[in-house]
Formats: sequence, structure tokens, C-alpha cells
Amino acid sequence: MEKFTPLTGIAAPMPLVNIDTDMIIPKQFLKTIQRSGLGKNLFDEMRYTQDGREIPDFVLNQPAYRNAQILIAGDNFGCGSSREHAPWALADFGIKVIISTSFADIFYGNCFKNGMLPIVLPQEQVEILMEDARKGENARIAIDLESQTVTSADGQVFTFEIDAFKKHCLLNGLDDIALTLEKVSAIDTFETAAAQTRPWV
Amino acid sequence: MPKTLYDKIWDAHVVHEDDNGTCLLYIDRHLVHEVTSPQAFEGLRVTGRRVRAPEKTIAVPDHNVPTTPDREQGIENEESRIQVEALDRNARDFGVHYYPVSDIRQGIVHIVGPEQGWTLPGMTVVCGDSHTATHGAFGALAHGIGTSEVEHVLATQTLIQKKSKNMKVEITGSLRPGVTAKDITLSVIGATGTAGGTGYVIEYCGQAIEELSMEGRMTVCNMAIEGGARAGLIAPDEKTFQYVQGRPHAPKGAQWDAALAWWKTLKSDPDAVWDKVVTLRGEDIAPVVTWGTSPEDVLPITATVPDPESFTGGKVEAARRALDYMGLTAGQKLTDIEIDTVFIGSCTNGRIEDLRAAAAVLKGKKIAVKRAMVVPGSGLVRAQAEEEGLAQIFIDAGFEWRLAGCSMCLAMNPDQLSPGERCAATSNRNFEGRQGRGGRTHLMSPAMAAAAALTGRLTDIREVMAEPA
Repeated sequence: MEKFTPLTGIAAPMPLVNIDTDMIIPKQFLKTIQRSGLGKNLFDEMRYTQDGREIPDFVLNQPAYRNAQILIAGDNFGCGSSREHAPWALADFGIKVIISTSFADIFYGNCFKNGMLPIVLPQEQVEILMEDARKGENARIAIDLESQTVTSADGQVFTFEIDAFKKHCLLNGLDDIALTLEKVSAIDTFETAAAQTRPWV
Repeated sequence: MPKTLYDKIWDAHVVHEDDNGTCLLYIDRHLVHEVTSPQAFEGLRVTGRRVRAPEKTIAVPDHNVPTTPDREQGIENEESRIQVEALDRNARDFGVHYYPVSDIRQGIVHIVGPEQGWTLPGMTVVCGDSHTATHGAFGALAHGIGTSEVEHVLATQTLIQKKSKNMKVEITGSLRPGVTAKDITLSVIGATGTAGGTGYVIEYCGQAIEELSMEGRMTVCNMAIEGGARAGLIAPDEKTFQYVQGRPHAPKGAQWDAALAWWKTLKSDPDAVWDKVVTLRGEDIAPVVTWGTSPEDVLPITATVPDPESFTGGKVEAARRALDYMGLTAGQKLTDIEIDTVFIGSCTNGRIEDLRAAAAVLKGKKIAVKRAMVVPGSGLVRAQAEEEGLAQIFIDAGFEWRLAGCSMCLAMNPDQLSPGERCAATSNRNFEGRQGRGGRTHLMSPAMAAAAALTGRLTDIREVMAEPA
């Protein structure tokens, strides 16, 4: 996994609440057996007409946001299906950071497995950043994971909370499985004990 | 210190705990389907890793499989076929338990697991599927994971987790006639919102929950995820033990006795501490339907479509968008909404009791909708329904009688809605485009869906029940 480095970029505003993973990547694109290539179908049914033409009003179709790296989103972003295709599609489009007041649990966890940073901030700070995002290319937002800060276009600094382990893995681009396999003797010990106490498992 | 049921299952599965509270949790059962696993198996191949515990890994194709009788001829859609073939190959190469499309035991993974006795009280159960919460009905800690985590579990039989908070959802008293497990679970989401459970594991309890069958309890836990909770749990009791006993993979003999002794300890201590408590009176719960595009958009069938202005914050715009998408007007009576299609099935409501409830409404009558289909949750549910004569009731009423799979719940196979087509569905999500682009979904119980099939509009099941036979 790539290391997460400081980022200054364009943010796209998506104030709708409860944006679900079916919206982020509709089911017809879950038939792939690969991780890559889903960016072109990100938000497919909001972004294209049935015959495949771009819907000009949709935020990511607007010239200012075609290179957005940050999403500012309404409450409860990523709810619904556990499909990791949702963060894959966002990452493939180029989104690295999503900022909202809240995220659905499975989606939140899936982001970290793909080098992406979901940031939870209070409502009033999200609103300030949403206003920045509406200014398109004229307002850049800066993200620094090391210091856990988001800096708005006019220099206001907001700090965010993040689990120390998740931060460590993201900053260093660490592979979870390799980390866990370092503890393989603990897994062996657990299995041996469980075979005695719960042999029916 | 007093513990909740969740605390007890959690504690029994911690392999390792870091200083910051990050835990390595042992996984007893890993269920796998074709959509969220190919990239995980590919990851194992690339890194030269093996499946650590193939005997605890159970795979079944369900999302993509056609449900029409001609499916033995193969899957027409190339991408779907490739995905199912990938699971065939991965199951063989890595030696995990497998129920292929041709096996009568094939079905929706969350129906097959309990049916075969893979799901047992006190276990940790995961699957790359958010409706893994279903298995919580057995007093198992069960939740959905992403594909990276699927690979992690395949390789290590563990998951990196931080503990969630404890939430108690109590349903006091008894349900009134016509009210079902589906109405409970939708009403809870209506009360708490789709983010109300985020960060929590829910334990459902109270008299109305105790009075539910195991299948009803599975329906309740299935939709814990729609309330934002990672997992929903119900303490195991005699009903649970009876349901489990004798199933193919349930323990036998002395192991059964040992298991039972432990399972009987699996309940929250009376003085356990809860981070959040929600209480609903069973008597207050009505038969409900959804009107919008989020499972929290739920109202009693006797209500009217709400005015978006009656909400606050971001929900005002979301409700406006929902009414536009659903083609509804504020103030319209829910029972005036006309239905084109009825779908009975899914991991929420595709079990035998669900089919019995729908068939009881339909017996001797004809549908008034353009199309209606029943998709049993597994091949065994289908066989049992045929044996009980339910299949004939559905066919006589005008329903299509399908083979097992996820089908129109998420429409990855050819079972889809057309733009504007309105469906009464027993599934779990009414998101935009969920059942097909532009499709309009109203969620409800199997009996309510059957009633809608008869009248061609959303219908109060209590009115149908009151009619003389």
C-alpha cells in the first residue's frame, strides 16, 4: 500500500446525507474480479444518463471537480453494503480523503485498507469546508495526517481524531496481513487452547 | 465486572490486545460468496499464502446466480459467469467447504449457514457481506467485512478489531396480530435512524423478541446493519438450541453437551452496563412500509407520505430527492400507492416461515400486479415449500416460483426492476437503483407483500386478515 503523504487539493461538495455504497458504485460493476478500473463508474447512476452521457449538473462532471482529491460529504457517508468496490472506485477516480460528520462503520474501515483517509469533523467545520468546496478550484484544502489537521482555504485549522494504529499503518503504507502474521504464534496458541475449551467449533 | 453478551463473546475470542486497545479477534466461521472474494483469493495467490483454516471457511455463490429454471444450462451474463467460476475454482484450489450452484443446499449464504448448522451460539462469524448480522440471532457475534478483511481472515483466521460500544434494544410486551419480525426491525430503524447504531453492537431483547421464532430473530438481526450497527445479537435460549440440534454441522454427543453447557451462560448479566438503550413497546408496533430511499424512511401502513419540510437539517433535501425518485407526493395515503411488482425472498425474508406467511395470504386468490416472484432462500427451503404445497399456492396465485439466490434484492442477476417500476419487496434496502436503475422499492413483511400482490397497492395486512375467507 502507498504511504499517505500530506495533500493539498480540490474538494468536491456532496452535501446529500446517507450516500450509500449502492450510489457510490452500483451493483452492475461488482462483477469484476479485479480491484482496479472502477473509477469511471464511480457514482455511475448519478453521473451518467441511462445511455451513458454525462449529466452536466453532477458535481464530478463539472470542470472544476474533475481532478478532485477530496470529498466533503453529508452525514453517514458510505452506509449500506460492505462492498469494498466503493473505496476502490473512489480511489481509482483519485479521491484520497473524505470529510463528513459521520461514516458508516464498514466503509470507514475499508478506506484505510486502500490508503484512503476518512475524516470525521463536527457539523460546523464540515459546513465551512463545504463552502470552500463550492468555490471549486479557487479554494484548496490541505490535509496533514501526521499532525491530524485539515486546513481550510482561508487558513483555519481543524484537528481530527484517528485511531493510533490506523494512522500508523496509513502513514507507513503497512500491509495488515503481514503485521498480523508476525503474531502467528499467538494465533497458534489460541487455536490450541480453543480446541480444548470449545472443541465443537 | 458485569458483562454483556457481546463482552462475553468478544473476550472469548481475543488472540492478542495491543496497548491502544486494538485487538486480534479469532474468527470461528468465515462465510464466502462470489462477489466480494475473488480479489481476496487472488491476493493469497500473489503472496503465496494459504487459507489458514479451510475447515472453518464455507463458500456458496448467491448474488449472481440466475433463479430461472433453466440455470443448469449455465449463466448467460459473461461477467457473472466468470465470477461464479472464479469461486468454483477458488473453493477447489484452497480446499474450503463449498455448495456449488448445482447443489440442492445452495442458497443465500446467510440462509445456508444457519440451515447447515455452521452458525452456532457464541461464535464469531464474518462474511464479505453486510447482512452477516443475520447470524446474530443465534447469539453469535456476526458482522460484514470488506474484501481486504476477507483476505486477512483467509490468511490468518483473525480480524484486527477495536471493540464497539454496547446498545440494548428492548421490545417489551407482545406484538399485535399482523405485526412481524420485519415490522420490529424496520420500526427500530425508523426510531433510531440509519446511523443510530453506528459504533455499537446491538443486543435485541424483551418479551416480543423472546416470543419470536429463530427465523423471526434472523429477520430482526439481519437489518441491524441498516440501523448502522455492525452486528445485532439475541441471547440464545431453548428455541435456539432446538433449532441447532441435529443440523449437519452442529456438535453431537458429548460435544453437544459441552457446547450446550457453555451456550447457556451466553447472556448479558442483569447489571451489565449499556452505552445506549432504546425501548419500544411491542403493542405500539404497526405493520410498516418504507416510503423513501433509506430504510429509516419507514411509517405505519395507515400513515401518509411525509412532507420533506417536516424534517430538519440535511434530511429535508434527502426527503425531497426521495419523493422525486419514488414518484410520490407529500400527503398521499400510503395505501393509495399502486404497485407493479412483488418480490418475496432475500436473506431478510426468504426462509420457510416467510413463505408460509405469504402463502397463507395468497391461498386461493389471484394477484393484481404485473409480475410477482418468490425466490426461496435456499434449495432446501424451496424443496420444503414444494412438499408443504406452498409452491402450488404461489403458482396458482400467479407468482413465478424461482430457484434460490439473492435475486432482486440487489439485482446483480437478471431479476431487475425497470425505470419507474414500483415494487413491494421483502428485502432490506430501498436505496436508489438498488433493485434496478430507476426502480422504486417499498420494504415490508412477506404477509404485507402478499397482500399488496392481491390488491395491486400497498395494503394493510390487518384488512386482508379481517376479510371472510
